[in-house]
Amino acid sequence: MTRHGLKIWALHLGLIAVLLALNWVLPAYHHTNLARIMVFAVFAMGFNIAFGYTGLLSLGHALLFAAGMYGAGLSASLWAFPALPAMIAGLLAGGGMAAVVGSLALRTSGVAFMIVTLMFAQAGYLCVLYFGNVTGGDEGIVIGAQSRVLVGINLSADTPRFLFAWALFGAALVGNLALMRAPFGRVMIAMRENEDRSRMLGYDPYRTKLIVMVISGLYAGIAGAAYGLMFGYVGASFAAIQYSILPMIWVLLGGAGVVLGPFVGALFMFYLIDISSSYTTANLLVVGVALLVLVLFAPRGLLGYARDRWLPWLP
Amino acid sequence: MTKLLINTTPSRRTVLRGLAGGIAAGAGMLAMPRFIQAQTSAPIKLGFQLHRTGIGASYGRWYERTAQAALKVVNDAGGINGRPVEIAFEDDATDPQRGSEVIEKLVNQQGVDVVFGPLFSHVVIGSAPRAAELKVPYLVCSEGFHVASGMLNRWTLQPGITDVRAQISAMAPWVAANLGKRITMVFPDFAFGYDHRDFFKAAIEAQGGEVLAQIAIPPTETTFTRYFPQIPADTEVLYHVMVGPAVLTFVKELGEFYGSGARPQIFGFIDSVEAVDIASPGLEFLEGTHFWEAHNRFKQADASEHETFYRAAVGVDDNGASIADPADVATYSHMFSCWETLFMIKAGMEASGYQTTADRQKFVEAIEAMTDMPAGMERPQGHKRFNGKTHQVFGHQNISKVEGGKLMRVHQTSLEDGAYPDAVDYTAQPF
Amino acid sequence: MDFGPYLLLAVMEGLVMSAALALTAVGLSLVFGVMRVVNVAHGEFFMLGAVGAWFVTQAVPGPPWIGFVVALVACPLMVAGVAAVADKLVLRRLHYDPEATILATIGLLYIIQQAALSIYGPDARPVEAPFTLRLQFPWFGYSGYKLFVIAAALLILAAVWWLMTRTKAGLIMRATQQDRTTAQAFGINVDRVYSGVFALGAGLAAIAAVLIVPISQAYYLMGSDPLLLAFIVVIIGGLGSLRGTLVAALVIGLSDGVISMFFSPTLAKILATLLVAMVLVFRPQGLFGAKP
Repeated sequence: MTRHGLKIWALHLGLIAVLLALNWVLPAYHHTNLARIMVFAVFAMGFNIAFGYTGLLSLGHALLFAAGMYGAGLSASLWAFPALPAMIAGLLAGGGMAAVVGSLALRTSGVAFMIVTLMFAQAGYLCVLYFGNVTGGDEGIVIGAQSRVLVGINLSADTPRFLFAWALFGAALVGNLALMRAPFGRVMIAMRENEDRSRMLGYDPYRTKLIVMVISGLYAGIAGAAYGLMFGYVGASFAAIQYSILPMIWVLLGGAGVVLGPFVGALFMFYLIDISSSYTTANLLVVGVALLVLVLFAPRGLLGYARDRWLPWLP
Repeated sequence: MTKLLINTTPSRRTVLRGLAGGIAAGAGMLAMPRFIQAQTSAPIKLGFQLHRTGIGASYGRWYERTAQAALKVVNDAGGINGRPVEIAFEDDATDPQRGSEVIEKLVNQQGVDVVFGPLFSHVVIGSAPRAAELKVPYLVCSEGFHVASGMLNRWTLQPGITDVRAQISAMAPWVAANLGKRITMVFPDFAFGYDHRDFFKAAIEAQGGEVLAQIAIPPTETTFTRYFPQIPADTEVLYHVMVGPAVLTFVKELGEFYGSGARPQIFGFIDSVEAVDIASPGLEFLEGTHFWEAHNRFKQADASEHETFYRAAVGVDDNGASIADPADVATYSHMFSCWETLFMIKAGMEASGYQTTADRQKFVEAIEAMTDMPAGMERPQGHKRFNGKTHQVFGHQNISKVEGGKLMRVHQTSLEDGAYPDAVDYTAQPF
Repeated sequence: MDFGPYLLLAVMEGLVMSAALALTAVGLSLVFGVMRVVNVAHGEFFMLGAVGAWFVTQAVPGPPWIGFVVALVACPLMVAGVAAVADKLVLRRLHYDPEATILATIGLLYIIQQAALSIYGPDARPVEAPFTLRLQFPWFGYSGYKLFVIAAALLILAAVWWLMTRTKAGLIMRATQQDRTTAQAFGINVDRVYSGVFALGAGLAAIAAVLIVPISQAYYLMGSDPLLLAFIVVIIGGLGSLRGTLVAALVIGLSDGVISMFFSPTLAKILATLLVAMVLVFRPQGLFGAKP
């Protein structure tokens, strides 16, 4: 691994630099799109940490994303938190929710884990609706301007918003890369590959997976909080099943178990929908066919394919 | 719609962002020729945020047809300010996140002058902040109270349809006087339902009535019978309002539940059967029940010439179904808002002398200045009064009774019936 | 309403829901049990069956039961055909890799949904029941057709049970389920078994849809809820256990019905959801699954 260390860091830091440069190049529409995609990519990275590296296929990540979003949104709307503490509240809400869900759901594995996380997320979604007096229910709430200024950065203006999304993405990506290159990252992969053998070697699977879930929840939480504050809206649709499926699609498309996979998948999927809807009203058909062709051509996702063919060192 | 996806010539905004402030003036001049050209011949371009897919698709399809019909009428009459008008339709999948992206796409990529057309409240509320950031007028056709409640912003207006609070308040006196005073309400357990829960309760209590029970149905529900026993036996009027694809099941199961036994009077919002053929099997029990309608689905005997013109233009027959396919029932009580909003846009642009996107603020101010607007070809649903402070329009409401499988109007409310004190003054807010 | 009749209604509603759950789950249980692939498009096969039933009942003249019977035969065959094609063109080429299959069936879901939206339209449309019978109890009326659905569900579950345990085809499927490699060594054409199971599962989803659509409506987005519920039933019941599927459907349906008597509707849903999740937390192999 260390043999390729330089190459790996060069690739990832290079991408971060290119994204920064795009701030001055992109037309307005794509500029904001990229800001959205980077935040969603952080969410998907969280999913990838659990699923791609550790083999935890959760269908309940919408709950973690929504926990972050409402953690930030409600602290802003109920107690008028400024953006920074609201963001931190969202981060902690995501991690805390993951700890609660994980401690119960990790008693199961495989498909049962999938269903338990799904049902917790469904219960969470219904709670958002049930406590509609506070959460705004399905209509959601608009975040006031005072909670959208992060230590002097106005998140409702295009350039600062982009730069904030970029900084968040960069930090998340470097964090993810560092995690995977640290000893704990190897333990995660060992859990995915052979849990019994890792247990024999003295690693506690439950504890490892719980830590992974919390890290994953922190990623999802900060992404949810950031999205809510950046675009000034918090609503129940972000807690619905769709937002559990989306990160899975992004990760599988981009390449599960590849650090850059989530970003590539989110970028690809976003423009697939966006471009196809410009040309046809039957855009779901285009998306569906594209997914089929892609999965036939590269069943391990775009970067999974690249790793199999040309870049065996891709982390 | 083939559009260049990546704008190769940098727009003014991009250049402004990229260059230091001193060069900004020069960049502004670079952008000038485009505007001058626009002043003479280029069409006015309107963006339509359309529920083409997702849960709102039934409405979306009719919203698109109505907007297209209105567009043709406007263009046949010479367009707006002597310029032809175009509408760019963009699917928001009835989702707030995609909705806000669609605003972005319409404004920054398609270069539209204003955006209009969304119905579902969560899409409106999710998109409005972005519309305000982009400083683009956002004219919604959603009937939600969210505009007049003060939740949104200076750029968001609802000039085409009365909000649900006014609708409900206008209904209550008639219900109390004619159907009964002991009421049980069944409504969906989300925000649209809460407007009914809160405002109808207040309005009926003001009439000396009483709400016995409020049954909120979870939005994920597809079967309803199990909730009906919660309706108290001494209920005089059952008030129902449901939305979404399960509405027909709801009404059918209600009929099965009461069967041939005694039942209370039933008063519903037409939303419960919008886009549904009232002659569907299983709906026979609706005979003799009452509905709120904004716009009478079945052509009434006293229909105006404008009403006749509107039906023909959109392609709706006298029973409120598509002329091409009688089984295709319109969302008749909501879709007129697209027609009327388009004519409001025309009126606003003409009053403000709208030429370029730089006039967007003047356009909003022109709409805010509007008040009484008579019924006519522009307003087939009827006379309206716009409140510039709350950005909300108010119109007449109808109560219809199902007679012989048709909805016949038995009462029309006045504008005053639905009045409530202003909750906000948007004109005091900055742009 | 008094407690007694209310409970009666809640139990009847719970049983109808159980029947609907068992019907939608039985096909998925088969696909999931034998092939071990997560078929996200299963709900869309259900939707295709319901939408197909609408087209058939519209096209067939005469009393409603004739159209219904035609739909009950034609729709499952049509949907099974679609599934067989999907299997041949896509899933087999992916060698039923679990992750790739998820993505591929999501693609399939989009395609089927768009086809339904473009051809059938966005409206929810009713399909008439084969017979109209309203049972009038002293306290409330009830649809006789709903009770018929319960009976039909039992019949179909029995048929599937018979197929799996009493026929050669069932033996082959069970053999493939238990050990794919050994089955292959014994000369079983695993590819054909998978194709058959996938088509059979889809056909069962369509049968379920034709039976259920008269008590709901045909709608292009109707597939997602049955999919989730069916998954839950299959996992709670224990993989590959038909008895488990039936019991899980009963537990979930009845608890949903009865809990709704005591709490406000949304709260009842939350509690029922958490209850089911807790069953799995404390019994991860499901009610009737073998301990791993």
